[in-house]
Amino acid sequence: MIRYALGRLTSLIISLVVASIVIFAVIEVIPGDPAAFMLGVNARPDTIAALRAEMGLDQPLITRYLDWVTGLLRCDFGQSWTYKTPVAELINDRIWVSLPLAIYALILSTLIAFPAGIYAASRRGGAGDVTIMSATQLGVAIPNFWFAMILVLIFAINLRWFSAGGFPGWDNPLQAIKSLTLPAIALALPQAAILARVMRSSLLDMLGEDFIRTARAKGLSRRQALWKHAVRNALIPVLTIIGLQFSFLLAGGIIIEQVFFLPGLGRLIFQSISARDLIVVESVVMLLVFTVIIVNFLVDLAYAAVDPRLRTKA
Amino acid sequence: MTLLAIKDLSLSINGTQILHNIDLDMQAGEIVAITGESGSGKSMTALAVMGLLPQGASPKGTVTLDGTDILQTTEPDLCKMRGNAMGMVFQEPMTALNPVQTIGNQVAETILIHEKTSKAEAQKRAAAMLHRVGLKVLPTRYPHELSGGQRQRVVIAMAIALRPKLLIADEPTTALDVTTQARILDLLRDLVREFDMGLLLITHDLAVVADVADQIVVMQKGQVVEVGKTKTLLANMQHSYTKALFKASTHTVSLPDTVASAPMLNVRNVNRDYPAARKTLLGAKPTFRALHDISFQINQGERVGLVGESGCGKSTLTRAILGLEDVQGGEITLDGAPVFTGKRPNLAVRRKMQVVFQDPYSSFNPRHRVDRLITEPFHLLESPPTGAAREDAIAKALTDVGLLPNDATKYIHEFSGGQRQRIAIARALIIAPELIIFDEAVSALDVSVRAQVLDLIADLCRKRPLAYLFISHDLSVVRTVTDRVMVMQAGKIVEQGETETVFANPQNPYTQTLIAAAPKLPDLGVAV
Repeated sequence: MIRYALGRLTSLIISLVVASIVIFAVIEVIPGDPAAFMLGVNARPDTIAALRAEMGLDQPLITRYLDWVTGLLRCDFGQSWTYKTPVAELINDRIWVSLPLAIYALILSTLIAFPAGIYAASRRGGAGDVTIMSATQLGVAIPNFWFAMILVLIFAINLRWFSAGGFPGWDNPLQAIKSLTLPAIALALPQAAILARVMRSSLLDMLGEDFIRTARAKGLSRRQALWKHAVRNALIPVLTIIGLQFSFLLAGGIIIEQVFFLPGLGRLIFQSISARDLIVVESVVMLLVFTVIIVNFLVDLAYAAVDPRLRTKA
Repeated sequence: MTLLAIKDLSLSINGTQILHNIDLDMQAGEIVAITGESGSGKSMTALAVMGLLPQGASPKGTVTLDGTDILQTTEPDLCKMRGNAMGMVFQEPMTALNPVQTIGNQVAETILIHEKTSKAEAQKRAAAMLHRVGLKVLPTRYPHELSGGQRQRVVIAMAIALRPKLLIADEPTTALDVTTQARILDLLRDLVREFDMGLLLITHDLAVVADVADQIVVMQKGQVVEVGKTKTLLANMQHSYTKALFKASTHTVSLPDTVASAPMLNVRNVNRDYPAARKTLLGAKPTFRALHDISFQINQGERVGLVGESGCGKSTLTRAILGLEDVQGGEITLDGAPVFTGKRPNLAVRRKMQVVFQDPYSSFNPRHRVDRLITEPFHLLESPPTGAAREDAIAKALTDVGLLPNDATKYIHEFSGGQRQRIAIARALIIAPELIIFDEAVSALDVSVRAQVLDLIADLCRKRPLAYLFISHDLSVVRTVTDRVMVMQAGKIVEQGETETVFANPQNPYTQTLIAAAPKLPDLGVAV
């Protein structure tokens, strides 16, 4: 188990290094000189050159990469060119919106998907199965921004249960959670639909396995065999999807954050790209990649916890 | 006292009649074997007794176990009986256990769901039961850490943990090696005696049936065609199907004599190493030697057998001969040319060899028609035949294996298992190779079909000089279709020689164990 974890950790570190190189390279090669962009079309070439020197853009690529990476290790992300504040501060303000939102949505989606998937699988072909599967079909097809607007229309404008947007900060946690609820639902439902389908088909695969027949021959009822033997085995593909979904929820919240006027990472990255604030873009993307890789690492550990066969492999 | 009485059991699944008026009686402490070919309804009869019939099944008649009619019992009551009054052991030990639970917990579960007892107590009894079935590993191990034979012992421990009155074993040894099979059959026999259980043994292997059963039930197409005490039935078979079945399972073919000829395949001091998992995080990868210093020759037109238990390196050797993988020592040549060059098979040699695999169901692409399937080896030729020549080659290959030329336009799902294996042979023959490798080519077939395919192979040998390497775990088959045999154990060839000499007078202790473990049909004399 420890060897397995160390093996995964090694691959995590390699992934991070490769990701940092790719992100740095991509941002460097995209057209648009930030200095020229900031100073406007009428700027004199020597002013642009001076600004480039101030921003460090005249240094060789490798120096800039190493500066950036060593900065990251010290949590020093550099200075935003447009906001004129440290990037770390910008991120710190916003991550406390995006991260809770993603976790909230993931919990909601799991809470909806697991019971729905298990119920549908246990009543395969029955009315409950057909209903749930039709609902998930719909859930997969609906774009989440449209669904978000419908939620606002119903729950914020008509019923007035929630506010239509904005975020009050964590001083009042209850109020904060309340303002994240509609966005979380909008993010969670389409994900839940996918997850429920994966859960159902994975469970059905397991229910056809020989060891379920063995369990039934021992005297377990259909339901007991499902809960005691099928569910844990069915979790492997489900965990994979959950890992992928968390990444999507964290990075993919851009549109939902726009719809609900949430000051999250999505909005930050959107604004930074428009303003060619490359240092912010680089840092936020790197942070997202870091989170995704960490989540995948956790998913790998969860696999090993679920399946003893993986613990012996390096 | 009658333990199990099946009276007039008929079964249809979604309108298709599967079983017709089955009658069967068994006593406590008796071993009853149901035998017959695939699709005869053996397993469905067993599932009916367990009350585990698939959805859409509608059984009629009565199945009385110890005074209770299973077919009239409600599902909750059946759950109380399964594992308690009756236990079941299945064919495939590799998949019959839950991979994410320890074996001790899985055995203890049988006890926990039927008896009000503490978890610790159940664990203790499970450990005792695992010990009773001869398992020498800790109950905290997981199924993937165990061999097939060990897993089957776990499944048996699960089934008998509560000492059921009836144990049903559905092909319990079919997936196991002969020596393991002998030990598992011994165990079952001992348990029947010790617990005074009834054992309903379902198997297609007539040698096993003759060896262990007190009573034999022969089934064909969902009907019982013959029942009787083993000795009486074997001595005096009445039904033509029973006779045919026993005749097919002792089927021998007569091969034409080989003419003294030049060496063709030459395997010299071959070693094959596989990388194994690292023991330490940064250490060098250790290697596992799958083939140790293998040397043998196959002459033109010679028929050679290769026997050994699973994991002994038979398949590794096949891959090495086909030039699919490089070897780490020694060399393999066909007609003097190496089979493997650089990073791929040597095509010049490769077109002189073809292979027929075990599973006739999964070794064909279901989307291709038969003509495309059997002409696949043509890509090995420098100028493959086209147009009429191609049509002729297809027609000839199909007629050679006893099929019709117009079968070429059909898809593989339209053929039975035996016909598919004929198509596999046609695919191998179409480029007239010098050497064919039969890798367990008849192991998945029913006895009567197997007899036909063996006849076909002998027939082909008569028509043209055909050299082959026949790999099988079934000693009786190897004995009849080969001139020479090699016995392999743990990556080494421990004995080789003339087939008859080796079988009649084995020299190596391992060969002796192997031959002794193989169940044999008694000499049936004039009865068949």
